[in-house]
Amino acid sequence: MNNHTKTYLDYAATTPVDPRVIKAILPYFDQLFGNPSSVHTFGQQAEAALEHAREATAEILNCQPKEIIFTSCGSESDNLALRGAAFSSRQQRGAKHILTNPVEHHAVTHTAQQLADWYDFELEYLQVDSHGMVPPDEVANRIRSDTAVVSVMYANNEIGTVNPIPEIGALCRAQSVPFHTDAVQGAAYLNADVGALNVDLMAIGAHKFYGPKGVGALYVREGTSLIPELTGGGQEFGLRAGTSNIPYIVGLAEAFQLVHAELDDRASRLIPMRDRIIGQVLEEIPNARLTGHPTKRLPNHASFVFEGVDGNALLMLLDVEGFACSSGSACKTGNPEPSDVLTAIGLPAEWALGSLRVTLGQSTTHKDIEAFLQTLPDAIARTRQ
Amino acid sequence: MPVESIHSLHNNPQSLRNPSRVVVAMSGGVDSSVAAALLVRQGYEVIGMMLRLWSEPGKGTTNRCCTPDAMVLARRIAAQLEIPFYAVDAKAPFRDSVVESFIDGYTHGITPNPCLVCNRHIRWGLLLDRARALGAQYLATGHYARLQQDPSGNIQLLRAHDKDKDQSYVMHVLSQEHLAYTMLPRGEYTKLQVRKLAQEFGLPVADRPDSQDLCFIGNGDYGSFLSRIAPQVIDPGPILNENGETLGQHRGLAFYTIGQRKGLGLCAPHPLYVLEKDFQQNALIIGEKHLLGKTELSTATVNWISGEPPSSPLRAQVKIRYKAAPVWATVTPLENQGTQVVFDTPLSDITPGQAAVFYDSEFCLGGGTILRHNIDSNLNPI
Repeated sequence: MNNHTKTYLDYAATTPVDPRVIKAILPYFDQLFGNPSSVHTFGQQAEAALEHAREATAEILNCQPKEIIFTSCGSESDNLALRGAAFSSRQQRGAKHILTNPVEHHAVTHTAQQLADWYDFELEYLQVDSHGMVPPDEVANRIRSDTAVVSVMYANNEIGTVNPIPEIGALCRAQSVPFHTDAVQGAAYLNADVGALNVDLMAIGAHKFYGPKGVGALYVREGTSLIPELTGGGQEFGLRAGTSNIPYIVGLAEAFQLVHAELDDRASRLIPMRDRIIGQVLEEIPNARLTGHPTKRLPNHASFVFEGVDGNALLMLLDVEGFACSSGSACKTGNPEPSDVLTAIGLPAEWALGSLRVTLGQSTTHKDIEAFLQTLPDAIARTRQ
Repeated sequence: MPVESIHSLHNNPQSLRNPSRVVVAMSGGVDSSVAAALLVRQGYEVIGMMLRLWSEPGKGTTNRCCTPDAMVLARRIAAQLEIPFYAVDAKAPFRDSVVESFIDGYTHGITPNPCLVCNRHIRWGLLLDRARALGAQYLATGHYARLQQDPSGNIQLLRAHDKDKDQSYVMHVLSQEHLAYTMLPRGEYTKLQVRKLAQEFGLPVADRPDSQDLCFIGNGDYGSFLSRIAPQVIDPGPILNENGETLGQHRGLAFYTIGQRKGLGLCAPHPLYVLEKDFQQNALIIGEKHLLGKTELSTATVNWISGEPPSSPLRAQVKIRYKAAPVWATVTPLENQGTQVVFDTPLSDITPGQAAVFYDSEFCLGGGTILRHNIDSNLNPI
């Protein structure tokens, strides 16, 4: 298998680490390897790197450094936000109602489900529209004085739809209910200003924006109370124990800075390619539909369903032809259950099982897109039942 | 007999600009791993696939042909061989064809062989279709059997050199079209040679057969599985002796096999054996050992490997179960596509629902499902 002859079109699953990020990380493995909690100079150097990374991250989020909690991944950030806010809200004001929606990442829905199944919270799902978007009215209608936490993702991983986070955030704030957004997909391409977004909690993960896997962060707005999940040495302001992973935290901050310095350039390069794919697929391939919102979607994200197509067979075929795509979420078990997201937006199984997600990134070229569009129609035809 | 190796049919892959694409059905076991490695070494473009098959929900066990461990192992072997690997879900089709016919067989008083249905409908059905959709010219498996081509272009199925390991019995259901797409790269080797090859290739030598009998049943026995999934098989009736006298009660014919001695719940001066399951009367017929033997059986429609039934009765060695020894018989093809088989000496365990598979020395000629009753004697030989 030679990766040089293959075209990677699955940047929503993960991204390669930017060489500039690798360069920034490397000294922290062997030269500046100290534990930031140590008193000595080694420790002080590590602590400086940690706090520098925190400041750099805070600058992009337009928040205070002390509002940044570094974690091991986006999923951990989501877990800390949901569990931490749910338990704290119950302790402080007896709130036990959790409000989320069926198109969230499983890091949110499975956590919320566990809180309901094992910890006696009441879980309610907001209805999404046919684009997978959460209408602010839905939140206004269902939020209650005993709502412990509301969680609505910034941008959807499977179908790319961007939610009206500022409006939903304002509604929650008016009710003094903590509002969490999973921005793991959104942070790479969208404005991450937490002030403008009206969020109390926001999760990011570095590997979606050309940083390393195994590191994430959670924004926790000052005054938002969380019960910690990982207890121990009191790192990360007592909210996340464990020796700080300095190289990866440095990598997250570096990657996040690079991505946000180039945010507009990246988007304006990718949007025409994305729209070329969407236009050609809908024009050339019979019984094809775009999933997610036609315009309010991630700049690098095109997602479809094809009636009567075996989506898993399609992915294999495309891979063998040299194109690495996804059915929606990264999963290799070949499970033929239609995804929760596609079911929630009202697609019948004969459409939902034929899903395809094409996500673009830094290395994607117009030539790649044309080659892909040459291959796709035949691949679809061969996997139609 | 012609002995051109099947490999000469398949153009030498290294001589082609675009090497032939082959999908290998992998199990994580040494046989299919070595099969994949051999094809990689021969220059084919190899793709690994593994089926995900149905198992009874809520039993906490996975299908034994595709446990998570086996799947991880197969993935690692594929990575080591630098070939792509895909899991192919076949749970619903497996449930609908293999498990359904298993239940149906037991409900109708026979002892079905699910591996045969799986080979026909899942491996050489769904998996072959998937391989062909990927543009593969061949499907390769790690089975112990051999293929070769006769001068007329027909493909012949041969027993493995390793007689103990031979799996041609479960492959007798394949048609010429199936066989034309099939490669059995490790079929020429003995188990010992395969283990040596695995060491040579640096592959793990975990011993996982490519087929696990009743793979979908988990840890329990087939009887408790049937009781849960098809409770209609719990259908008590009389236990009769050969004279029609009632000796006791059975729990349901599905729970007994021909030749069974233990678990009948009877007290008798001599050991008694299950002679027959009388589906019409829902009666279990038992008797002493000397009554057990039968010299005749009838089969349903026979799949002849050549595609054509023979024009006259033939002498053949017949296997009546996967693990049975081949025994001599005269096989008469009938006008209804079935056969009448008369053995030279009586057999004690002829079991309706299993297949009778016919051999001419090394060559598997074909076979068919053993019927519950010998068919109408006025059916004419063809």
